[in-house]
Amino acid sequence: MTNKPTSSKNRKEMLELLQEAQSQTGFLSQEAMAKIAESLAVSKSDVYGVATFYSFLSTKPQGRNVIRICQSLPCHLKDGQGVIDSIAKELGIKPGETTKDGKFTFTMTNCIGECDKAPAMLINDDVHGNLTPARIAQILKTYK
Amino acid sequence: MPEKRIVSKNCGVIDPKQIDTYIKQDGFKALQKAMTMTPEQVIAEVKASGLRGRGGAGFPCGLKWEGVRNAHGLETYVICNADEGEVGTFKDRYLLQNDPFSLVEGIAIAAYAIGARKSFIYQRGEYRYLLAQLKDAIQQAKGKGFLSHTDIEVREGSGAYVCGEEMALMESIEGKRGELRYKPPFPTVQGLWQQPTTINNVETLMNVPQIILNGATWYNQFGTERSKGTKVLAVAGDVAKPGVYEMVLNGFYKELIIDLAGAKNVKFVQLGGATGRIIPASMLETTLLSWEGVFSAGPVTVYDESRDVLDTVHRTMEFLAEESCGKCSPCREGCGVMVNMLEGFVKGTAAEKDIKILEELSSTMMLTSLCGLGQAAPNSVMDTLKYFREAYEERIQKTEVVKK
Repeated sequence: MTNKPTSSKNRKEMLELLQEAQSQTGFLSQEAMAKIAESLAVSKSDVYGVATFYSFLSTKPQGRNVIRICQSLPCHLKDGQGVIDSIAKELGIKPGETTKDGKFTFTMTNCIGECDKAPAMLINDDVHGNLTPARIAQILKTYK
Repeated sequence: MPEKRIVSKNCGVIDPKQIDTYIKQDGFKALQKAMTMTPEQVIAEVKASGLRGRGGAGFPCGLKWEGVRNAHGLETYVICNADEGEVGTFKDRYLLQNDPFSLVEGIAIAAYAIGARKSFIYQRGEYRYLLAQLKDAIQQAKGKGFLSHTDIEVREGSGAYVCGEEMALMESIEGKRGELRYKPPFPTVQGLWQQPTTINNVETLMNVPQIILNGATWYNQFGTERSKGTKVLAVAGDVAKPGVYEMVLNGFYKELIIDLAGAKNVKFVQLGGATGRIIPASMLETTLLSWEGVFSAGPVTVYDESRDVLDTVHRTMEFLAEESCGKCSPCREGCGVMVNMLEGFVKGTAAEKDIKILEELSSTMMLTSLCGLGQAAPNSVMDTLKYFREAYEERIQKTEVVKK
């Protein structure tokens, strides 16, 4: 069993440090996590535990752009599956995979709160709503 | 259930990037008024208004603040829960996007009432594109001298539904995995860093300036006896006009869903998202939007005649199984078992005894789960077994025919 360290105000920065490290290199490497562990005086496994709890943090290398497409019901009702299929076809990869050129990682996510514009997705921090399979190629072109 | 803009009255009226446009609409007058009152008087006013938590549980807001004020601690904290992750809701996004200043003012009043020198806004990672505007709104309020008594820090989630639960949210702010804590002690006594903490939803806090400015008696005129004020709702799914509507808490869902959002051929409606309730179309005219009826914390997802009830319930359970934090076994294991069983119904491979097992499992999870997620996870199963039992039974019959 993990021994939860006593509440220290220092460790409150952990999530922010992880978010920052990820935004710099696109993912959380062993080295980056070890560095955070050292700076907060907590164990490496503790940092790893936090990093793997949150779905937006990744301990595996990701593409330069991360596509998170909503798989929840309001998007599903508006042919979200058609959009998912169209992205998979356009990129030639399945959800959870990264393109060979490292340009895109394609993942499924739960409700992103854009249901009035369903189906919707996030690419990095940008929202794209009212999607149709036909619009996908055009949108992906705008990312480098 | 007429539409009435109290919480969203400034949305579309002010420029969310310019504090002066908010001040022109009586912005920060409530805070100034609150500052002329004692903190106890502010709490008394909020208590008298009957304002209850908009996150879903409906705990009286003034009572929560009073609990914090009376608790013994080295510090007290205000946390604004802006981690709306319930499937089908986007009403806090709409509020944050269009009027961040009312929220800042509400937090400032709460902080004054409980004597918090430090306040937090925990916003979900999915809304990162709103972060700069929110931080800027705080800076502008600070620049005008409105936040001399409390410092508001914005913290960002990282894609975890369960972090909308208050205990998990506090764990997350403390830099930990968003896992549950046992209650009691409640946050009002031992919350963030074990200090007395009030944790309120975006919408709850945005009600506060209007209550202070116009008085509890004015606020009391809206709503039913036990549900005062309005509710901001996010309507999506099979409707002509999806969007955010603010309704007085005293009417029936038909007015919102059929009359305003323009839904046609409704089969059923999911109120309150994945952990919410499902009602058939026939009940829209008799189901009251209030805590006396069915309260939705935000999501109103409409399904028309072409939709499959079991597909909806199965997908709902898949979501909950994925988002369960895993700390308690009734929720962690229960959701997973339910996904498998519901898959049997979707595919038509379910056995007759499965209905009984689903019912037993539902009540076990409701009684023994640690937090609201697990306790409310079986809601969609229970409701559809009640209103759409034939949908389940049809799938069993099919398998038997195949076997013969």
